[in-house]
Amino acid sequence: MRKTAKRNPGRQEPTAGTQLGTNLRRASPFLTVFVLLLLWQWVSAREIISHILVPPPAEVYRAFIKAMAAGTLPKHALVTLEEMLYGLLIGLGIGLVIGYAIAKAPLLENILSPVIVGFQSTPIVAYAPLLVIWFGSGLASKVVTTAVIVFFPMLVNTIVGIRSVSPKLRDLLRSLKAGRWQTFRHLEIPSALPVVLAGLKTSATLAVIGAVVGEFVSQGSGLGFLVTSARNLYDTPLVFVAVLTMTAISLTLYGLVAYVEWRFLFWQRRSNR
Amino acid sequence: MRLSLRELSISFPNPVGDMLPALGPISFDVAEEEFVCVVGPTGCGKSSLIRALAGLLRPTAGSARYGDETIDNPMDRFAIMFQDASLMPWRTVLDNIALPLEIAGLPRDLRYDRVRALLSQLHLEQFERAYPAELSGGMAQRVALGRVIVQQPRVLLLDEPFGALDALTREKLSLELLRLRQRYMQTIVMVTHDISEAVFLADRVIVLSRRPGRLVADIAVDLTRPRAPDLIYEKPFLQLTRRVRAEIEDLGT
Ligand SMILES: Nc1ncnc2c1ncn2[C@@H]1O[C@H](COP(=O)(O)OP(=O)(O)O)[C@@H](O)[C@H]1O
Ligand SMILES: [Mg+2]
Repeated sequence: MRKTAKRNPGRQEPTAGTQLGTNLRRASPFLTVFVLLLLWQWVSAREIISHILVPPPAEVYRAFIKAMAAGTLPKHALVTLEEMLYGLLIGLGIGLVIGYAIAKAPLLENILSPVIVGFQSTPIVAYAPLLVIWFGSGLASKVVTTAVIVFFPMLVNTIVGIRSVSPKLRDLLRSLKAGRWQTFRHLEIPSALPVVLAGLKTSATLAVIGAVVGEFVSQGSGLGFLVTSARNLYDTPLVFVAVLTMTAISLTLYGLVAYVEWRFLFWQRRSNR
Repeated sequence: MRLSLRELSISFPNPVGDMLPALGPISFDVAEEEFVCVVGPTGCGKSSLIRALAGLLRPTAGSARYGDETIDNPMDRFAIMFQDASLMPWRTVLDNIALPLEIAGLPRDLRYDRVRALLSQLHLEQFERAYPAELSGGMAQRVALGRVIVQQPRVLLLDEPFGALDALTREKLSLELLRLRQRYMQTIVMVTHDISEAVFLADRVIVLSRRPGRLVADIAVDLTRPRAPDLIYEKPFLQLTRRVRAEIEDLGT
């Protein structure tokens, strides 16, 4: 990098000012969270809103410790995680395969799009009860709700990603007599990766929604169930704990994908100068 | 072996589905180790011609042959290069040039040895590990040229390879192309929109008409080789460029 930097006079060396700016930008998400926490503390301390509606952070923290100690939180979180994991695997897998097929055979898009767009534009909450009737009230129905919800972003982004492959590079590979697999591996995967990972980011954050919607509809276990049962007992701090756990799971998944992006799309960082 | 085009024509369907002629019918030959430049107005089918010779596009009628083989699929030892370098942004310079060898199934060490031997000839030694985004236009085109040469092709098909570069870089790269050709002696068909570049490089300049491109002139360039940059100030060179220009101007606007 050093030797090429010299050859690019347009590139600015980071000055003290921009360095500060960079650090500030990195820290800003945490600042947002911090400010929200302060606001929350302030609102509940002055009891602007009743503690039954918005419990103070300390109380939520106590509820968290209690739920951890009793094992209820880990138990329900693991259930939700398991549903999400299988749902993601299935939904992403099917999204990738059908997306690739559609990108390669536009006729398939005409055939499948009424079903796919129909599914996507119907609120999942509305047909989740049906899925429970079909797939039972156990793990399967939640896996299906998750799979359905993560499927669409993956599908669309896979189609866009594969279609964005440069026709010149396709010609080049053809002229090199590259086989199907070689074209897939050396051209299609790397070309589509940025868009596919962007889709994966969306899917990752939707996965929790899918699982929890399933849990709301058929009670039993999971974070969604924890929310409903805590609400029925007017245990607002526990509701907060459950909801914040979902947020944490989502953010972690998102972070994981962002890391994969950072790791595998280094060549894009080099271009964005 | 000879490249020969016989009554080759190419048509494309318009949005309504009618076939509109884009090139030809056109017939000409390119002898073994001959360097032919093709010039003509935009949209007259030059790129389509190159793609047909590369076996990437089937002619609508007529044929292109290499020796006695009809070109209807990509041929062994034919290599193509485009106006934009068309490098893979996720590969280093080294791996971009090595791509053809990788596709051909050469083991990594062998690939890298062959590419490294080439890098110095292309003045790219310093940039082995650079990514395309870090290269200037001229440098990127050198890499594309490397990716062609590494295939040790018998026939080079170049579609305005230096068209996007500034005049100075273009001249440098043309000289390098001549040098590489002297070393490896391939047959070259090159499309360009630069008349003096065509005359400077080629043994023959072929002028195409407006769409659909037909052969309107086939001008032999009988200038001695090797050609030095100063050639462009000399009378025979100027006379030839004037002839080519006159043919193009005769096409009207
Ligand atoms: N795939 C295609 N489909 C339809 N029309 C095309 C296609 N490729 C090229 N054409 C048309 O054919 C003509 C010749 O194109 P091209 O060979 O690229 O010309 P040139 O390289 O001389 O500018 C142009 O008018 C172009 O619009
Ligand atoms: Mg063209």
